[in-house]
Amino acid sequence: MEKIVLKNVVKIFGDSPKKALHMLQEGDSIAEISKKTGNVVGVADVSFSVNEGEIVVVMGLSGSGKSTLVRCINRLFEPTSGGIYVDGQDVCALGTKELREFRRRKFGMVFQHFALFPHRKVVDNVEFGLEIQGVDKDQRREKAEKSLEMVGLKGWGEKYPGELSGGMQQRVGLARALALDPDILLMDEAFSALDPLIRRDMQDELINLQHTMQKTIVFISHDLDEALKLGDRLVILKDGAVEQIGTSEEILTKPATEYVRKFVEEVDITKVLTAETIMKKSEDVAYLGSDGPQTALRKMKKNAISSLFVVNRDHTLAGILFVDDVRRLADQGETDLEKAMRKDIKTVSADTPAHELFPIMQDISYPVAVVNEQNKLKGVIVKGLLFSAIAERGGE
Amino acid sequence: MNLDLPRVPIGPTIEATIDFLVEHLAFATRAFSAVADQGLRFLESTMMAVHPIILVVVATVLVFFLTRKRGVTVFTFLGLGLIWNIGLWSAAVTTLSLVVVATLIAIIIGIPLGIISAISDTVYRIVRPILDFMQTLPAFVYLIPAIPFFGLGRVAAIFATVIFSMPPAIRFTNLGIRQVPKELTECADAFGADRWQKLIKIQLPLAKTTIMGGVNQTVMLALSMVVIAAMIGAGGLGGEVWRAIQRLQPGAGFEAGIGIVILAIILDRVLHQLATKD
Repeated sequence: MEKIVLKNVVKIFGDSPKKALHMLQEGDSIAEISKKTGNVVGVADVSFSVNEGEIVVVMGLSGSGKSTLVRCINRLFEPTSGGIYVDGQDVCALGTKELREFRRRKFGMVFQHFALFPHRKVVDNVEFGLEIQGVDKDQRREKAEKSLEMVGLKGWGEKYPGELSGGMQQRVGLARALALDPDILLMDEAFSALDPLIRRDMQDELINLQHTMQKTIVFISHDLDEALKLGDRLVILKDGAVEQIGTSEEILTKPATEYVRKFVEEVDITKVLTAETIMKKSEDVAYLGSDGPQTALRKMKKNAISSLFVVNRDHTLAGILFVDDVRRLADQGETDLEKAMRKDIKTVSADTPAHELFPIMQDISYPVAVVNEQNKLKGVIVKGLLFSAIAERGGE
Repeated sequence: MNLDLPRVPIGPTIEATIDFLVEHLAFATRAFSAVADQGLRFLESTMMAVHPIILVVVATVLVFFLTRKRGVTVFTFLGLGLIWNIGLWSAAVTTLSLVVVATLIAIIIGIPLGIISAISDTVYRIVRPILDFMQTLPAFVYLIPAIPFFGLGRVAAIFATVIFSMPPAIRFTNLGIRQVPKELTECADAFGADRWQKLIKIQLPLAKTTIMGGVNQTVMLALSMVVIAAMIGAGGLGGEVWRAIQRLQPGAGFEAGIGIVILAIILDRVLHQLATKD
């Protein structure tokens, strides 16, 4: 379901936005408009939608209009033209009072430099949104404590923001937004001001929280690695306009423009490609109980491989067969494959990044099985596949 | 050569305006008069009702609890004791009362004006040149229009003092609120705070230090003006100085001057401490 819809949103800063808008519609460049009218085009005709429970990362370099765009969604900036719809409601049509009400109900916002109120204790910061809504003291304290616990800051409520480290401060910022239990989180470069290590922690934490919360999140970032990690989909902006919208996979493998392609080149491909994107899905397997040694040998021969994974009836992984063992089994006239099967094999989950696959594959002589949480076989990765996947995407 | 241009009628216009205002604003001047006069009487009579020694001790204890500093506390005790000792107690009480009343009125008008000019750029554009004008005009000039409104005496002195000391209260309030980081006010907006909530919960608390700095300046300006206002009959320590000048008594003039300095230092230290607390 579409939660947020942006239609042809334009934001122009300056004193003659109408003229600039007209020029923009005529197809004049942003530089030209700026030179002729002195107006700055922040967002130039952006359309996309965000589905319920989805994380969409709006990515671009500084000056690409991404922060302006997110502020248009809750109308901290008044869009010059275009439409913004949240749950089907035209946000631009709301009056001052309705807009305030709408912001209180729908949005939680997290800011790049945390925007914590230095004169209020941590818990009072977290309570801020509830206080604005007029929730009574006991109830908001309870919600604030719960929210602090969610972000791992239980017991820090009585401190002042100035006494906390950067990473903790942003947890407070996140807790403040979550305390309202809003449908939508707007996160404006929320992790950009943090150290790389802490940033990674916070990203992981957000992913974890999102598993349980299922919020609709618009995340602003200038860091492609972060965008690829967090985003279900990415919107790449340049000079206020959309360059490409798509999943990480689409952005990486099918960059729509030269600009995106250059961007993608910078990415460490081994951190982005996961086992799931590399693996071969339709590998032949042997079925325990129904297949005998001859069938297994035939399957190996057909695929020109020297080992074969064995699965149970419900497709859960049972083990692996090596060609020599199976041949010996056949010579002995045995029919039960299980006798030749090795069970202590390495498996990985679908979201294991490629760079973690290297050491695993170095240790073993057979392919790696990719399984899901129920231990069902999803695919197979052989060494050659890993190298060719990386060469294909990263080595251009 | 004499150019035969008509003289620009600044003086006559001002006089005509004042005449007009005196005639038509009688209700306002009467109200101001009543407030200022009642306030003064109340303060003065309260302070004079107790023995100076008690008041010196009370003031000293108060200063200690406000500042928690030994130096200022000792200074307060010795300074006020000296004022009493050299026979300037009642003059000092009058001066202090004048300062308190004038400052209160200046703050009550000045801080809201500062808030409004911080919120509205239009108001600020109008207020700023007026403030510049008020602060550069020589202090004595304020005394003149005060007389037709209120006649010679203490109310006229308070009026002139209020006008003279108000600008920093307005300016610093405006500055303090405008200095609140944009991200914080934006955050308040994003959470759906209305203007009043934003002001009370975020802007004013964060502007507090700056506003208190303005209040400090207002008090100091009020003190200096109250002394000058002795010329139109304000009395107090300024009155002692004024009398000493007329009678050529440098000793008495100096004593009164020292009394003013003592008051100024105590007020400044206490207010400074209040402004920078937490």
